[in-house]
Amino acid sequence: MRAFATSRATTSRLAMTIAGALAIAATPLFADEEADLVLNGETEMVVRTAAPDHLSDTLDEIYSGWVFRNDDTQVMQADDFDNPGMIFVDQAMEAWAAADGSEGKSCASCHDGPESMAGVRASYPKWNADAGEVRTLWMQINDCRENQMGAEPWKITGGDMAAMEALISVQSRGMPVNVAIDGPAAETWEKGKEIYYTRYGQLELSCANCHEENYGNYIRADHLSQGQINGFPTYRLKNAKLNSVQARFEGCIRDTRAEPFKPGSDEFIALELYVASRGNGLSVEGPSVRN
Amino acid sequence: MSITRRDTLALGLGAAALTILPFRLSAATEDAIAAFTGGADVADGGVDLTAPEIAENGNTVPIAVSAEGAAAILVLAAGNPTPGVAEFKFGPLAGSHSASTRIRLAGTQDVVAIAKMADGSFARASKTVKVTIGGCGG
Amino acid sequence: MAEGVKPRVKAPKSASAGEVVTIKTLISHPMESGQRKDSSGNKIPRSIINRFTCDFNGQNVIDVTMEAAISTNPYFEFEATVPEAGEFKFTWYDDDGSVYEDTKAVSIA
Repeated sequence: MRAFATSRATTSRLAMTIAGALAIAATPLFADEEADLVLNGETEMVVRTAAPDHLSDTLDEIYSGWVFRNDDTQVMQADDFDNPGMIFVDQAMEAWAAADGSEGKSCASCHDGPESMAGVRASYPKWNADAGEVRTLWMQINDCRENQMGAEPWKITGGDMAAMEALISVQSRGMPVNVAIDGPAAETWEKGKEIYYTRYGQLELSCANCHEENYGNYIRADHLSQGQINGFPTYRLKNAKLNSVQARFEGCIRDTRAEPFKPGSDEFIALELYVASRGNGLSVEGPSVRN
Repeated sequence: MSITRRDTLALGLGAAALTILPFRLSAATEDAIAAFTGGADVADGGVDLTAPEIAENGNTVPIAVSAEGAAAILVLAAGNPTPGVAEFKFGPLAGSHSASTRIRLAGTQDVVAIAKMADGSFARASKTVKVTIGGCGG
Repeated sequence: MAEGVKPRVKAPKSASAGEVVTIKTLISHPMESGQRKDSSGNKIPRSIINRFTCDFNGQNVIDVTMEAAISTNPYFEFEATVPEAGEFKFTWYDDDGSVYEDTKAVSIA
């Protein structure tokens, strides 16, 4: 295993200060790259595990992006109160129960409580036989809004959508990502894989150049992660809001100095399926906290 | 990568700076301190300031302050466009004279905490937080 | 009033008399610093929460003066002494005059 975050003992900052005042060494709850994520002191999350079979030629182990973050950021995600992403989950709880659109329905009208969504985030994107297409979670949410509620679709990378995705993700936290790549989804998955390994932009970088060949190394002052999306939507310290997978893809490709595909494009849907499948076996973490 | 060597170097220099160099702060920071202390002497030590050596992102930097018996603790970011961060005043039901929050730092700089003790004396701590220009954030 | 401001507070529901308890608060707020510019280069005016207080049965626990360097979605963690059964009152004061409040009852176990 490569060296990840710098080694520093961490615990609650308040406790640490008090301990410091008493000249007692702080308890090392998180020991850098070996750190384990236990959510709210209860739920053990899988942040590193054997790579899924389809990656066996290239990777032995897969790691959640959480592993690559520093102690402070790791701690922020370990407790739902400290995780600012949970603010948006609260907001989505209200949206879940609020009727919208011509049919006078809310999410709750058909699905009861959000806990009925347990397991959903873990298996998406997935093949929808009726529609004859691979559907991401945000596609399914907008399908409900347009065709069940008679409401306007949400912007794919907007705040309402990210919050609803976070609320649905929370119901699956701790469950292993288990995205199907065979059968009717195989064609889309292959397309996503091709995009993953294609170099784009003036920098001529593929996803794999950074996230498969150089994870754990520095890109300027950041640790490169494996680019796993099991933690999305993710609260970024940088912009203090929830960030969606499609917006992240757009940002990544822009950073290669390419003209990115559009959020919601066939290319990014395929890429979302493929990248999700690279995390098969990691726990669903959304909303995670990243830098 | 040279980060390990740089880290080691910075740690060494940081330790040296703490023991040798006097505090040297911006005029705005000195003014904010003077407004808080009324120009009284400020002793080093007696207040604990916890902040990361390297912030993962300057927009959200966790910090904690603690000073046994303090009536109030002023926190300043000496390198921000305006140095004010927060002033914590502790009431009769404070369970400890400590608090944590998350702050914005515009770049690598000193974070300063000044505690006003119950007897009217003042104590100070400061810590350099490195704020790096990030990569792509993941 | 800033849009969608929602306070969250974590405090124990019960304590023993005289116990010191940990309290965490988080409120959704953009904390517009007054330092940023919009796309046409105009300065976006400062709009922050400038003060936070926590009281228990009318007695003060902590009173925080907040500046623009407090991050978006302000978070505080601190400790309070619970002398008797009663109620914590949390108050956030916005630059625009809005006041956001939350309360948490504590029983003596």
